[in-house]
Amino acid sequence: MNYNWNWGIFFEPNPMGTGTYLDMLLSGLWLTIRTALLAWIIALVCGSIVGVLRTLPSKTAQWIGFLYVEFFRNMPLLVQLFLWFFVLPELLPRAAGLWLKQLPNAPFWTAAIGVGLFMSARVAVQLGAGIASLPRGQKQAATALGLTTGQTYRYVLLPLAFRIILPPLTSEFLNTIKNTAVAITIGLIELTGQARSMQEFSFQVFEAFTAATVIYLLINIVVVTGMRFLERRVAIPGYISGK
Amino acid sequence: MFSTLDFDVIRRSLGYLFYEGMTFTLTLTALSAFGGLVFGTLIALMRLSGYGLLGRIAGLYVDFMRSLPLVLVIFWFYFLVPYIGQWLTGASRPIKVGAFSSSLITFIMFEAAYFSEIMRAGIQSISKGQPAAANALGMTYSQTMRYVVLPQAFRNMLPVLLTQTIVLFQDTSLVYVLSITDFLGAASKVAQRDGRLVEMYLFAAVVYFTISCIASWGVRRLQARISIVR
Repeated sequence: MNYNWNWGIFFEPNPMGTGTYLDMLLSGLWLTIRTALLAWIIALVCGSIVGVLRTLPSKTAQWIGFLYVEFFRNMPLLVQLFLWFFVLPELLPRAAGLWLKQLPNAPFWTAAIGVGLFMSARVAVQLGAGIASLPRGQKQAATALGLTTGQTYRYVLLPLAFRIILPPLTSEFLNTIKNTAVAITIGLIELTGQARSMQEFSFQVFEAFTAATVIYLLINIVVVTGMRFLERRVAIPGYISGK
Repeated sequence: MFSTLDFDVIRRSLGYLFYEGMTFTLTLTALSAFGGLVFGTLIALMRLSGYGLLGRIAGLYVDFMRSLPLVLVIFWFYFLVPYIGQWLTGASRPIKVGAFSSSLITFIMFEAAYFSEIMRAGIQSISKGQPAAANALGMTYSQTMRYVVLPQAFRNMLPVLLTQTIVLFQDTSLVYVLSITDFLGAASKVAQRDGRLVEMYLFAAVVYFTISCIASWGVRRLQARISIVR
């Protein structure tokens, strides 16, 4: 293989004048983390609401939940980001569209909201399945005790359902982190984007991508370890995965 | 607000969008799904083979692929495949690899990791008595797999495999980062040439949505039919 390896490249100054190439990658990592965390919060909040809607007795609520999930699941994430980024500002009234376009950090907000909504549909499906998997007696007992529907969800169903779906939620969180890389197409220079620009500036393709790969692997390990810890912390003794 | 929009641009570019773009997307989806399934099954068999090292390698491969963003993997293979080709063919320079072959290799390798997990679950769902009975009949390992275990595993997992293929269909749009003319790439090229981003992206969204909706509806029906049989 006639490729000039140069692992020292990470400590050479980058052409942007912002320190070394390593600093460039780390700033990308920081942006990936921020985008992913904001997206995950959005995904959890919207996903939980829609997930609950899907399990309510009301047919209308179920329909809304179904339509929401189908809408966000049946379009590629890339297309959804384009819709939020290029199409939405044009369809809004002029003033609002202009405001959106001039927003500082527009790619960041678009990516966080776009990825967040995309992932929320998956969270909703998981949570819906989690609630549906609970024994029917749980809900009946809550009703028998005189809890309202809201209280039943708040004190009985959701605490159990969230514990059950913690493992799949871990993978969805990892997917959220990975999906932020798609935002490279709307100009978000996160980790993959920084690796790509490092490759363009320095021509050290494989060093740049290797570094990004290693960082993604590390993120994965940290998240998986953290979630395992969380799973053990919240486990109910004598129930599900509790001891 | 729709007064400034010109939806005729869609009609004018339909041929290009579907003949060039959609053909690329669908061919890539079908071939990647097939290749990914074949490779994925091999990886699943490696993991379940009981040989420590083989299983470890397969497990590492799956975990590795699944922790990377697809965009990064696409970049990796785009730059790596010419060098691998050079190494395989013994050429003096990195060989030229077309956009299609490059993305096909990427998606096969990437999807194999996901398909292998599905096939592994499918194989594990077969009761132990099945391979034991095959063994008792004097079948070799490969016969047991070919005639007894894999057909059942494949059948049980068919809805999941098809759902994953729909995800794959949507994911192929990411070849956009290499400026390849798949369906979205074609739409985006027309959009930028004519300055009609809104119309083209809306149309692309509608097309992806319609195809995925119909496909997942089909999968749901299939699932319902299969689950009655068992």
